[in-house]
Amino acid sequence: MEKLETKLCGLKLRNPTVLASGIVGVSKASVSYAAENGAGAVTIKSLTTDRREGHPAPIILTYEGGMLNSVGYSNPGIDNVEDEFGELKSVGAPVIGSITGKDAEDFSVLAEKINGMDFAAVEIALSCPHTPGYGTMAGQSTPEATGEITKAVREKTDKPLFVKLSPNVMAISEIAKAAEKAGADAITAVNTLGPGMIIDVKSTKPVLGGKIGGLSGDGLRPVAVRCVYDIYKSVKIPIIGTGGIITGEHAVQMMMAGASAVGIGTAVYNRGIGVFNKINDEISRFMKENGYDSIEDMRGKAHEA
Amino acid sequence: MKHELPITLPIKKVIDEAEGIKSFMFHYKLDAKPAQFVMAWIPGVEAKPIGVSYQDEESFGITVSAIGPWSRKICSMKKGDLLGFMGPYGNHFKLEGKNAVMVGGGYGTALLILLAEQALKKKVKATMIVGAKSEKYLIYRDRIKHMGLSAKFTTEDGSFGEKGYNTQVLERMLKESKIDKVYSCGPELMEKKVVEMCLENNVPCETSIERYMKCGFGVCGACCMDAKGKRLCVEGTVYSGKETIKIMEFGKYHRDGSATKRKF
Repeated sequence: MEKLETKLCGLKLRNPTVLASGIVGVSKASVSYAAENGAGAVTIKSLTTDRREGHPAPIILTYEGGMLNSVGYSNPGIDNVEDEFGELKSVGAPVIGSITGKDAEDFSVLAEKINGMDFAAVEIALSCPHTPGYGTMAGQSTPEATGEITKAVREKTDKPLFVKLSPNVMAISEIAKAAEKAGADAITAVNTLGPGMIIDVKSTKPVLGGKIGGLSGDGLRPVAVRCVYDIYKSVKIPIIGTGGIITGEHAVQMMMAGASAVGIGTAVYNRGIGVFNKINDEISRFMKENGYDSIEDMRGKAHEA
Repeated sequence: MKHELPITLPIKKVIDEAEGIKSFMFHYKLDAKPAQFVMAWIPGVEAKPIGVSYQDEESFGITVSAIGPWSRKICSMKKGDLLGFMGPYGNHFKLEGKNAVMVGGGYGTALLILLAEQALKKKVKATMIVGAKSEKYLIYRDRIKHMGLSAKFTTEDGSFGEKGYNTQVLERMLKESKIDKVYSCGPELMEKKVVEMCLENNVPCETSIERYMKCGFGVCGACCMDAKGKRLCVEGTVYSGKETIKIMEFGKYHRDGSATKRKF
């Protein structure tokens, strides 16, 4: 009998699908809705020290290759969400608290605050490609910066710590190693690619309100699978493989590359909020038809000689 | 539209509807259903959700009240200026029964007018109760007359029609006649009153609710409502009376662009 249950840094997941940060996720109710629809774990939209409105709409576009988003970290600010994200047990799946800051000091403040909240784990996003002052635009996707920030957060939290990386680098495995060395418990790979831009030729204007946006969905998937494949070879900590997973077969690819769990984001657009149950059914069917008993049986299969 | 990308169209015609309220017409077959909305993009500025208020085989229109930077900018636009559109999005009003009453508050009437047109086309008896603060803010007076739609007007200052609120007219109608279904769109506290009155009188109703939206198609989460977390832009904007009263935040609070809660 094939089993979808798995463990991630001591967290029990009823299945390997994880709602990725940035998709719905603005409230306890919205992550509960994803859990109700089958997500094995859920990640909230990233919190910052200050309240942010984010970029003006359009913030999300889709095109032949996937999705381009430029949300810009809209959130009420970490000091205003204690009521919102209290008593998270009722969500029905582990809730991962995502934070994002401008530098190690900013992250340290956020980490101390989120450590006091009810989240099952903490994710730090060092990889947003389109928000000035954050992620890749703040130079956070180097081994040095990643190590420094991870260490600063590690000192302030005893919760499982996930570090989310950008695919926009030459050697992602070096960055993963730096995160592991600095105390990360898992790697979330990857954030969106890019940034990219779409121009409306009639009005001659970039369409996204923030002009540039991160690429996700179908176009990102092969890049994400390769990143996870590289990271799996270089670190011992688990990987949450994220990027363009739309079907169960995509999820299996990601696990064969080395992922312990799979992040689901853009697929909510492609297949609706019920996508978690759909992907889980498809993983289950694949396992049954191909003789896999557990999620662990598939992990890293693509690395076997 | 195959992808969520705006189609950019020149304004074909501008209609002055009331003080600070204008309609903009576009040559494009949109196929929106009553209460569906589009994301209307001012190129290089911003996109906002707005209900489709005019539609025929080859064109559609939106009605905009100049209340913020985006809407003021649109209201300054002229024939030939470009606007981009994504959508139509959201669910829609479902016409049922033989006697329909529509309750529109302010520019909420714009979201009910296509339903009224549909009702007349299908020979369903329809009455529109239009409420506004004052005569100068009443929209579609000529249009309603031209359509042959039965209508009642209320203004808070009594400058046109009955003095007071559209809900007081509905209250009388619910007592006096057999109404099969009530549809409403307007300020949320008005909608709440309509829903409560319909539930009390055992009359089915549908309400189109408004929330801050960013993407319009169920990804960003800006319009997720407590406590179930459903997305207004996909699972709404139209809810039945029974669904509406189950929405914990309805009539109490909403979230702004940063997802911070704001009381009504």
